Amino acid sequence: MARTTLTRTVLAAVSAAALFALGACSSDAGTETGGGGETGGADDGVITLGFSQVGAESGWRAANTKSIQDTLTAENGFDLKFSDAQQKQENQIQAIRSYITQGVDVIAFSPVVETGWDAVLQEAKAAGIPVILTDRAVDSDDESLYESFIGSDFVKEGVTAGEWAVEQYDGEGYKAVELQGTTGAAPAIDRKEGFESAIEGSDIEIIDSQTGNFTRAEGKTVMEGFLNKHDDIDLVFAHNDDMGLGAIEAIEAAGMTPGEDIKIITIDAVKDGMQALADGKINYIVECNPLLGPDLADIAKAVIAGEEVEKRIVVKDEAFDQEAAKEALPTREY
Amino acid sequence: MRDVLRHHLFWPVAALVALLVANTVARPSFLAITVRDGHLFGAPIDILRITGPLLLVALGMTLVIATRGIDLSVGAVVAVSGAVALSHIASSPDPESPVTVLTAIGLALALCVVLGVWNGFLVSVLGIQPIIATLILMTAGRGVAMLITGGMITTVNSAPFKVLGSGFWLGLPVAAVIAFGVFAVVAFVVRRTALGMLLEATGINPAASRLSGVRSKTLTWTVYTASGLFAGLAGLLISADTMAADANNAGLFIELDAILAVVIGGTALSGGKFNLSGTLVGALVIATLERTVTVLGISPLVTPLFMALVVIAVTLLQSPRMRERLTAARRRQIAVPPEPQPAASPDSTEVKAR
Repeated sequence: MARTTLTRTVLAAVSAAALFALGACSSDAGTETGGGGETGGADDGVITLGFSQVGAESGWRAANTKSIQDTLTAENGFDLKFSDAQQKQENQIQAIRSYITQGVDVIAFSPVVETGWDAVLQEAKAAGIPVILTDRAVDSDDESLYESFIGSDFVKEGVTAGEWAVEQYDGEGYKAVELQGTTGAAPAIDRKEGFESAIEGSDIEIIDSQTGNFTRAEGKTVMEGFLNKHDDIDLVFAHNDDMGLGAIEAIEAAGMTPGEDIKIITIDAVKDGMQALADGKINYIVECNPLLGPDLADIAKAVIAGEEVEKRIVVKDEAFDQEAAKEALPTREY
Repeated sequence: MRDVLRHHLFWPVAALVALLVANTVARPSFLAITVRDGHLFGAPIDILRITGPLLLVALGMTLVIATRGIDLSVGAVVAVSGAVALSHIASSPDPESPVTVLTAIGLALALCVVLGVWNGFLVSVLGIQPIIATLILMTAGRGVAMLITGGMITTVNSAPFKVLGSGFWLGLPVAAVIAFGVFAVVAFVVRRTALGMLLEATGINPAASRLSGVRSKTLTWTVYTASGLFAGLAGLLISADTMAADANNAGLFIELDAILAVVIGGTALSGGKFNLSGTLVGALVIATLERTVTVLGISPLVTPLFMALVVIAVTLLQSPRMRERLTAARRRQIAVPPEPQPAASPDSTEVKAR
C-alpha cells in the first residue's frame, strides 16, 4: 500500500514537471508572433529578430510592445519573434537562449533587471548574433556584449522631475514619499538617483520610499500604507504613471484631493496618466517615450548591413504640466 | 489559561495581535479609525478591505482542502474574471450604466463557475490528482485572460463597477462587506447543516464515506465549483480596486497565499477536519503582514525575507509536533519545582533505574 502511494506520488511529480514544461512551451508558442521554422539568415533580405519583452505590467509597456509589433512587420522586411517574460529574468534568459538555438539574425530585449546577463550574452556573442538593448540597460563591464542601447535617459527623467519639484515647491518644507519601480530595475535605480540629486539642497525631504513594482495595484496598497503611517505627506514621486494612478485612488479613499492636498509627479506620460494630469489629479509628468520600434528597426538594419552603430541612442523625452497636457492630449499616439 | 493556550486558534491570533502591536509601536495611531466623507477610514479598515479577496479565495480553498484536494487554479481564475468583466464594460457603449456592470459581473462569474466545474470534472469524474488537474488551468488560465484582454492592461471608467473596489456601504468598504458576508453565509451553511461533516468524511476516507452513502463525487464537484465562483468574485473585487484588468499580475500567487491562510488557520493539507474561523484569522494575518511591511518601512530588498520569517514562526508554532514539544517542556518546568527532594526529579530516577 505504502509502495503504491509512493509510486503514485512520484508519478504525480513527474507528470507535474512534464506539464510545467509543456505549459512553458505552449505559452512561448502562444505569445510568439510571426512565422516559425527555419530562418534563412539575412541573405533572403528578411531580418529575423527575436525580441524578449519584459511583460505587460503597465500602459507604457503596452504602448512599447505595440510600437515594436507595428514597426517590425513583414512589409518592413522583418520576421519578428516576440515573447513576453512576465517580469521574470529567468524567462528572458530562456527566451534569449531559444533565439540563439533558432539562429535568429538579431536579438533585442528590454532587460527586466540590470545584472546577471553576462553568461547568456556571451553565448549570443559566441553564436555571432548581435544584441540590441531597448528601453533598459544592463550593468556589465564588457560593453562588447551588445551593439547598441536604445532608450531614454532615466537619470535625466528623475532629474527633470526633481528640478520641477524644486522650482515649484522649494521653501515650503514639503515632505515627499516615493513609489519605486521594480527593485533592481534600471529605471527604478536611475529615476530614484536622478530625483534625489535634483532635490538636494532644497527643503523637500523624502520621508519614505517603497517599491510599488510599477503596477497600479501595488502603487495603491503602498500609498495606503504611507497614508496610514504619515499624516503630513505633501508630495508623491512615482516612478511611473500606473503607480501614480494607484496612489490617486488611495488618496481619494483617504478623503483628500490628489493634485491639491497631495501633489503628484510621475514619469511615462501614457494616456491614462495624461488624462489624470489634464484633470488636475497629477501635477507633472516627465515623458518616457515608448515608441522605440522605428529606432530599433533602423539599428537592426544597420547592424546586419555591417555598419557602425552608436553604443547609446537617447530617445527624446518631453515633460508636461497640467496646461501642456490639455493641449497635447488630443494628438497623443499612446 | 491552559485551555486558551491549547486552543487551535491561539497561535494564529497571537501572531495577528503581535503584528498589530508592532504596527502600533511604529505608529501609535495605527488602530485609530476616523470618519471621513461619511465612511470609516483608517489602517484597520484598509486591512479589512485588502483581506476581502484573499478571504474569498481561501474560503474556497478550505473547502477543497477538506476533501483532500487542492486548487492551484484560483489565481488564474481571478485574472480571467477581471479580464472578462472589464473587457465587457470597456466594449459596451455605456460603461456607466448599472445594467452593463451587472451583465459584466454575471458573465465573469458564470465563466468562473464553468472553470470550477471543469476542475471538479477532472478531479471527481476522471479521478486526476487535484494538484495536476488544477495545474492545467493554472497555466492555461492566464493565457485565456491574455487572449481576452489582447495582451494589454484593460482599464475602464465606470462608477457602478468602481463601487465594488472602492465603495462604502454603511461606512464599511463594499469589498469587505461582500467577502465577509459570503464567508458568514458559507460558514453558516457548512456548520449548521450536515454538509461540513460530509465534506470531512469525504476528506478522511473517500471510499468509506461513499460506501456509507455519502455522495463523495458530487461533493467534490461542488467544492471545486464553489472555489471557482469565489475566486471569480475575488477577481472582480481585485480588478475593481484599480479599475484595471492585468492578465499577468492580477491574483498572482494568490493561490499560495490562500493555501498559507488555510494552513495558518490550522487546517491540515491532508484533508478531513477543516477550520473556517482559522482560515479567517489566517487571511487577516497575511493582509496585516503586507501592511506591516509599509508601516515599519522595511526596505524592499529584504521584504520577502521578513515575510518568510514571520510565516516560518507562525507555522512552526502552529505545527502539532512543535506544540507537543513546547507543552512537554512546559510540563517539565512545572513538574520540577514542587518536588521536595532533588533526588526524586525525573532525570535522577532515570539514572537510578539504569
